[in-house]
Amino acid sequence: MNIDLTGDELAFRDEVRAFFQNELPPQVMEKIQRGLRISRDDQIAYQQALHAKGWAGANWPVEYGGTGWSATQKYIFNNEAATAQAPRIIPFGLTMVAPVIYTFGNEEQKQRFLPDILASKVWWCQGYSEPNAGSDLAGLKTRAVRDGDHYIVNGTKTWTTLGHYADWIFCLVRTSDTGKKQEGISFLLIDMNSPGVSVTPIITLDGRREVNEVNFEDVRVPVENLVGEEGKGWTYAKVLLTHERTNIAGVASSKQRLKRLREMLSEPPLGMPNLIDNSVFMARVMETEIELKALEFTELRVLSAVSTGKAPGPESSILKIKGTEVQQMIDELYLEASGHYALPFVPEQYEEEGDGIVIEPHFAPNTAPHYYNNRKVTIFGGTNEIQKNIIAKAVLEL
Amino acid sequence: MDFALNDIQQMLQDSAAKFIQNDYDFETRRRLTESELGYSEENWKLFAELGWLALPFDEAYGGLGGSLTDLIVLQTELGRGLVVEPYFSTVVLGGNLIQRHGSESQQSELLERLIAGELKLAFAQAEPQCHSSITDIETSAERSEEGYHITGHKAVVLGAPSADLLVVAARTSGNRGDQNGLSLFLVDPAQPGVTMQAYPTNDGFRGAEIRFDSVKATLLGEVDSAYDAIQATLNDAIVALSAEAVGVMEKLLNATVEFCKVRKQFGQPIGKFQVLQHRMADMFMECEQTRSMLYFGAITVAGGGEEASHAASMLKVKVGSAGRLVGQQAVQLHGGMGVSDELDVGHFFKRITMINTLLGSRDEHLQRLIRNAQAA
Ligand SMILES: Cc1cc2nc3c(=O)[nH]c(=O)nc-3n(C[C@H](O)[C@H](O)[C@H](O)COP(=O)(O)OP(=O)(O)OC[C@H]3O[C@@H](n4cnc5c(N)ncnc54)[C@H](O)[C@@H]3O)c2cc1C
Repeated sequence: MNIDLTGDELAFRDEVRAFFQNELPPQVMEKIQRGLRISRDDQIAYQQALHAKGWAGANWPVEYGGTGWSATQKYIFNNEAATAQAPRIIPFGLTMVAPVIYTFGNEEQKQRFLPDILASKVWWCQGYSEPNAGSDLAGLKTRAVRDGDHYIVNGTKTWTTLGHYADWIFCLVRTSDTGKKQEGISFLLIDMNSPGVSVTPIITLDGRREVNEVNFEDVRVPVENLVGEEGKGWTYAKVLLTHERTNIAGVASSKQRLKRLREMLSEPPLGMPNLIDNSVFMARVMETEIELKALEFTELRVLSAVSTGKAPGPESSILKIKGTEVQQMIDELYLEASGHYALPFVPEQYEEEGDGIVIEPHFAPNTAPHYYNNRKVTIFGGTNEIQKNIIAKAVLEL
Repeated sequence: MDFALNDIQQMLQDSAAKFIQNDYDFETRRRLTESELGYSEENWKLFAELGWLALPFDEAYGGLGGSLTDLIVLQTELGRGLVVEPYFSTVVLGGNLIQRHGSESQQSELLERLIAGELKLAFAQAEPQCHSSITDIETSAERSEEGYHITGHKAVVLGAPSADLLVVAARTSGNRGDQNGLSLFLVDPAQPGVTMQAYPTNDGFRGAEIRFDSVKATLLGEVDSAYDAIQATLNDAIVALSAEAVGVMEKLLNATVEFCKVRKQFGQPIGKFQVLQHRMADMFMECEQTRSMLYFGAITVAGGGEEASHAASMLKVKVGSAGRLVGQQAVQLHGGMGVSDELDVGHFFKRITMINTLLGSRDEHLQRLIRNAQAA
């Protein structure tokens, strides 16, 4: 048992640190420094900078352009990215659909899709959930009916994150009604520009458009966009879901947010209440830190198991549950640290062209919208209740 | 001992429930929050007609002479409707301050106008460096031959954009932290020297940052001695706000129970899953415990004295903890629908969250209780 970094790993850390200090696109760097919102273009520019460095495919196998990083290197990278307050990597292309394509896709699909995903040239979104198929995902009804060398797709996907930015959507669709529900599901890639695809916004509690409903009306999808075999989509999706869960803990960014909070508690900016003497609040800060430290080591244990060749198993459910709980605990600490300045709703303050009211401390008016919005993390990617069902069944064999 | 509503309270509850049912459905409320003014003047007139604006004021000024327990009946219903009209800032804060601290002539003139629906108020108390302390006031009032002039920055003044008159807490003597030397002033916000930056709040109300640069102000009541009136008014305000919170929480519980009866996953209503049943049982218990605490708080605060502040803090702690659980679980049990702007549940969640940040948070009041226990 040993968590020291080797000489090579220290050198790698310095290289990553230098990248975040010097090589981020200038407009991204500026927005981070001014605490402004990152746009679609900024996001792409950032991911393309990573790609230029050869660092876009952190989890990808080397043969498809991945980094081949060890678990420790990934850990180092995530920490440095969080310290630099870099944008998170949008997962739908790089960490969700890509593993399905390089694991289950055919050669032609790999060549067609992977390079553009790696280079962030194409924006992907995830089309799983439906109005009546959320936790019970296998109950999905979006139908793909074979018609010659096309599928005709009809149905509605919902909660589609950043679907209004997306060029492509990967979908779970129903190709058969016989047998078990899971066995009639297929994994289909659909061009969002196809005739019959429409995207309508869903506004979330922070007043923003982040999710969408995506409708398919007689959309013709070439058969070559089917990944793997018809009826095997559920199995592929499960593999993908475990990938999703290991990335959902957000340990590095939680560490960073707590660290910044601690700094502000020691030297409160004007407008922030003085909380360092409030032992009730400080007890919550400490408990959050302790929970996060335990989670960090749990994640390291999972990562080290993965690096010795074991697939992330049901224990990755712990990461999802605990990781999201800690994120929400931190959200609440920030809300408290904003005092009454949690109340003003001034979203323009975080836009580049915003010329309205500026509230100090700058972070405060964003804490409530963020807290509201971030209730999502215990809901999406399989709700925390569903995750506990998995632990009870698969781990505890109840 | 009797917790039943008396006739007046029953009438208040019925009229408020009817108003919300008929005139204040969720979509109407949404339109109001998105309008320029942020609420409805017509509703305000109706509040005057219904006697709500007269509720806590002395009969001598045309008030109804209602008690704090009468007020909580109304406030709970206003909570159920997520009512955004500036009742809290005008009646519960501003009006009560005038009634407690104004001179005889100020009381009769201002309260009469208030009761008639012709005067809206806002209480400018907190400052950027001061979140819920009464005495940490830097805004100062200088006296000269022409009267008083105020200079300072007041933070997050709720109801300010619609107020005809501001009630401003300022220091006339002493230092930051002193109880003596605090005075209340009446300030016309339309005067030169007042800069108001108005904004919506993230739970659908309106507030403002206000800067006073040597602004002419009228002293309310006696100089230097406003501490007790402010303290007593804020204790009342905690009770009133907690009553609103109870209304909000009961709506969150009901909405969640109804949703779980109809939302189906895995071929059954999700309300059949025992883990969710227990969660809703917890929410139910927290609502009831908070209502009990509200009654304790209303009775004790009305009795005044040392106990009043202690009870107000206890109540605010309970509202903070219970509101957090009920709000968060309501959203969680709604799944994705819980974080969408479309359903009312998210808006009740926002309100209950912001109620914790008003008038001192749970952590803050808990800390006060600990300090008092240590000092005892
Ligand atoms: C902001 C946001 C972004 C999202 N992005 C995407 C996306 O990009 N692509 C995508 O496909 N989906 C996305 N989702 C959808 C997300 O995966 C679903 O919301 C989630 O699976 C829950 O489904 P539901 O909302 O229908 O809730 P429901 O399944 O209706 O659940 C409601 C409640 O019932 C509970 N429950 C359900 N079944 C059980 C059970 N068996 N035992 C105990 N409790 C149970 C749940 O835990 C929850 O508390 C997103 C959701 C949100 C909120």
